Amino acid sequence: MGCTTALFLARGGMRVALVEKDALCRAASGVNAGTLTLHMTRAALIPYAMRAVQMWMETDRWLGLSVLSTMAPGLSLAFTEAERELLQQRAMARRKFGAPIDLLERDAALAIEPGLNRSVLAAAFCANDGFTSAYLTGRAYHSALRAAEVRIFERTAVTRIDRLNGHYRVYGPENSAAQVRIEAKRLVMAGGVWLEPLCAMLDVAIPVKTLVNQLIVTEKLPPIMQSVLSIANGLLSMKQFANGTVLIGGGWQGVGDRMRGPVETVPQNLIGNLRLARHVIPALRLARVARIWLGLESETADGMPMIGALPGRDDAWVIGCVHSGYTSGPYMGKLLAQTMLGELTELPLFDPRRLIAGAAA
Amino acid sequence: MAEFDVIVIGGGPAGTNAALAAASAGLKVALIDEHPAPVTLPLAEHTVTSLFSHAVWSVSGEYRIDAVGPDGPLHCMARALIVASGATVRTVPFEGWTLPGVIDLATAAKRLAGQGTLPGRSSLVVGCGPWLAAVAANTIDAGGRVEAIVDLAGAADSVHARPAKDSRPDLRVQQLNWWRTIRRAGTRRYGRWTIVRAEPAGESLCATLARCDGGGRTIDAPRITLIADCIVVGHGFIPATEITALLRARHGYSRAAGGWIAITDEDGRTSRALLYCAGDAAGIVGADAAASHGTLVGLTCALDLTAAGSVPLERRIDAARREHERGAHLARAMANLMTLRSGHVDGIPVDTIVCRCEDVRRGDIDAASAAGAQDMNQLKAWTRCGMGLCQGRLCGDIAGELLMRRVGAGSRETVGWFTARTPFRPVSIDVLTGDFRYEDIVIPNAAPL
Repeated sequence: MGCTTALFLARGGMRVALVEKDALCRAASGVNAGTLTLHMTRAALIPYAMRAVQMWMETDRWLGLSVLSTMAPGLSLAFTEAERELLQQRAMARRKFGAPIDLLERDAALAIEPGLNRSVLAAAFCANDGFTSAYLTGRAYHSALRAAEVRIFERTAVTRIDRLNGHYRVYGPENSAAQVRIEAKRLVMAGGVWLEPLCAMLDVAIPVKTLVNQLIVTEKLPPIMQSVLSIANGLLSMKQFANGTVLIGGGWQGVGDRMRGPVETVPQNLIGNLRLARHVIPALRLARVARIWLGLESETADGMPMIGALPGRDDAWVIGCVHSGYTSGPYMGKLLAQTMLGELTELPLFDPRRLIAGAAA
Repeated sequence: MAEFDVIVIGGGPAGTNAALAAASAGLKVALIDEHPAPVTLPLAEHTVTSLFSHAVWSVSGEYRIDAVGPDGPLHCMARALIVASGATVRTVPFEGWTLPGVIDLATAAKRLAGQGTLPGRSSLVVGCGPWLAAVAANTIDAGGRVEAIVDLAGAADSVHARPAKDSRPDLRVQQLNWWRTIRRAGTRRYGRWTIVRAEPAGESLCATLARCDGGGRTIDAPRITLIADCIVVGHGFIPATEITALLRARHGYSRAAGGWIAITDEDGRTSRALLYCAGDAAGIVGADAAASHGTLVGLTCALDLTAAGSVPLERRIDAARREHERGAHLARAMANLMTLRSGHVDGIPVDTIVCRCEDVRRGDIDAASAAGAQDMNQLKAWTRCGMGLCQGRLCGDIAGELLMRRVGAGSRETVGWFTARTPFRPVSIDVLTGDFRYEDIVIPNAAPL
């Protein structure tokens, strides 16, 4: 989201510097499952997600390099009566916000995805879901940002922010020989799980939770599925890429935190996630796991995004904590850039004021 | 689930001796290795629980080991962990190195020793270090023909190692025996030569050889070609650090030690409490010194787990340290013959594959670097280099060297290393998930609507 904001600000005529503690898109946007699905997007974010999925499908128009965006039917599955009920409830809630989600009975679901476990009872169906190869995100943005003449400072953790004569001065790490100092009129905080310490540098206290999502990818397999799969409770996401690998996610938690980053996986959670996956697509039984990794996800106290002006601070903005943030990210970044450029926007932002610790509700 | 005082990962000379030493000090020890048990196993069943044919796929917590064996998955816990996971053979890519018939030294040695089969009717042994002679001599002894030995090292390199060799007459005799076998067979050694191309020639392979300088850079001189069924390659060894790296012990890059290694004290303690590293995994030393290092590390671990300390143990550790130092001198001199040579890596052609799992060529790495990739994880994401089934074990060292030279860094630590990931070896979903009912899957709370 920081990258998209920077990109559209630069294209809107601003001189932009992008400061990143590691490398672009390495903490969340480049290591997530790359799922583009309305089934797992929070209902109120559906209008944003639909516009963002459109952007992902048209990266040649605004980003340049491809992230291998692929459109695929999205199915969310129910295997028990309780899950069927949950599915109906969730599909209805999302339909209210405009998601083109239909409910299918068993046979219709099997017709779309013949590899499914035949014990499936029902499915919610969205024709225009899809996925990207998220690991390519950093490369694509790097190229676009350089072309837009954004100055990129990678491996530069922000250690301090001062306010000087109507400008913000941002300090890089103290140990480097020549300390990085960047001054700008406006400041955008887009630090994901590190938004809490970043905002604290401006004496704004907003608690941000850190989720540590486990992801599993298999070896290359012959085609065994052709849709983006999830289950009613949201704890599975799965798709097969063109190279044959199957990526399994769903937000099963590993160990880690903001200070240490992702620390380690939890074997029991991996096995639980794999059992769900194998139950859904029985052919996975024959596959081997190639690699497991962890990605960080940020969440606010109410689980809704914070995107907008930082209250009580001039020219300071914040963007982050969007549930299914990869799906919606490009549109959210564009929306913030449009707001900062004074352009008209189609949809409202998400005022961070409500999240400030100790503020009246 | 079983609980132990210490689990040793790796049943080679270092791990076996570490396990025996720790058990001799009264600890409850498990030794785990992915390979079947060796025929001559020096472990008495009652002192060490041995888990051969068990591939460790995850290490977590303080400390939990997850493995897959003949009877399915298992996990066990231990207060301390000794990593003796050995090393991987390094292959510096050349044109055609991924052809069938081109194999690494360890694969050839395993076939000769384990199955008693020849890698091919005729073979060409190329690379550097004392293992070339060992594999060539064993091939000849098994009835095979060795067309030539092609060694990056020249006569001058071995002279530097000679004073160290003189400290271990037994090993010197072993080496002389290998060379006697090789000479008797009429096999020629090409010193300061390197392989630049392998290509199919009927049922066999045709290798093109070029002269090189001490840095492994080819020099402009007439080349020769040789025909062989099989080309055995080994440009030294890379310590297997995936376990210590996953556990985030502190690591550093040491060219002399073979690459990235966990930073340890002389007794094998890493920066993480009760995590130890022994043998080649702690820096290339070869089988002999790995064994004595294993003993030292096993005793050290036992001492650290003895709350009150132990004078007899400390005495044994002193003796083990002296014993190890005697052999380590030679071992380091030998390891020096096998370090990565930067001129050798510079000479990899642009269209030659570096990462064979994902078909990433040198030119792809150069292009990613030109587009702004500056560290190994960025390189991995931008090119898929190291994303395959081997997790970068085979390509990481070469890719790191290429990237370091491209970004103009003076040290490999500047470009870093692929973040270590589980599973250490590909692991079957069937085995991991076992028999289960859908209702019994323990599912966390549902995501918010």
